[in-house]
Amino acid sequence: MDIGFEYSARTLTVAPEGELDHHAAKPLMNAIGDRIDTYLPSQCVLDLKGLTFMDSSGIAVILKTYKRMKELGGQTWVENAGRQPMKVISMSGIERLVKIVY
Amino acid sequence: MKEKNYIKFEFPSRSANEGFARTAAACFAAQLDPTLDELGDIRTAVSEAVTNCIVHAYPDTFGKIVLKMRIFEDNTLEISVRDWGCGIPDVEKARTPLYTTGGDERTGMGFTIMESFMDSLSVTSVPGRGTSVRMRRKIKQRVGAAR
Repeated sequence: MDIGFEYSARTLTVAPEGELDHHAAKPLMNAIGDRIDTYLPSQCVLDLKGLTFMDSSGIAVILKTYKRMKELGGQTWVENAGRQPMKVISMSGIERLVKIVY
Repeated sequence: MKEKNYIKFEFPSRSANEGFARTAAACFAAQLDPTLDELGDIRTAVSEAVTNCIVHAYPDTFGKIVLKMRIFEDNTLEISVRDWGCGIPDVEKARTPLYTTGGDERTGMGFTIMESFMDSLSVTSVPGRGTSVRMRRKIKQRVGAAR
């Protein structure tokens, strides 16, 4: 999986590309964790526009990012999710913890 | 109900095969002329079922997974995912939303997604012998669609 990272104004933007399943989730979680440790951002934006598929493994990634950011007192956002990933996100109820931007 | 077509394939429980399994399932389902949303639901449900085998059925080893799909005359698609892994001691508990034994890399949503993205889901499991998951989804026939 290709992952785009951008950091500016204390905001870390993570843009994974392709299919986010259990196979891709662990390397993605580790990569996000590394960047959060490096930059100590106050906001983390998960930009999902490049995702063509996501299952519940993606929810685990969002949740883990949320927990990591919460430890730092920071916020997590999810944006640009396509129809299929959005359906999984809606089912998970994760909107109660993480801001979803359409 | 009469069976119109079927496929059956076997693969080892390597996570790299998750993508292959759901894509092959979607390719087979395509002959029912599903909408993109229906195809998305099928891919998601298959991905969850196969991931369960990889993570839970064979936690410390690679084992055999067989995926079988059947199409019936009334446009119903049936997907069966079978493993010969450790089995589920309490299926009802495993089907409870958010219940997981998979730690923080899993969410406990797998069965809930299969249940809500498909029309029906049945799970049979024998501890030490393996698990079989069967899901069905009727694909709507669209007016004007080529048959």
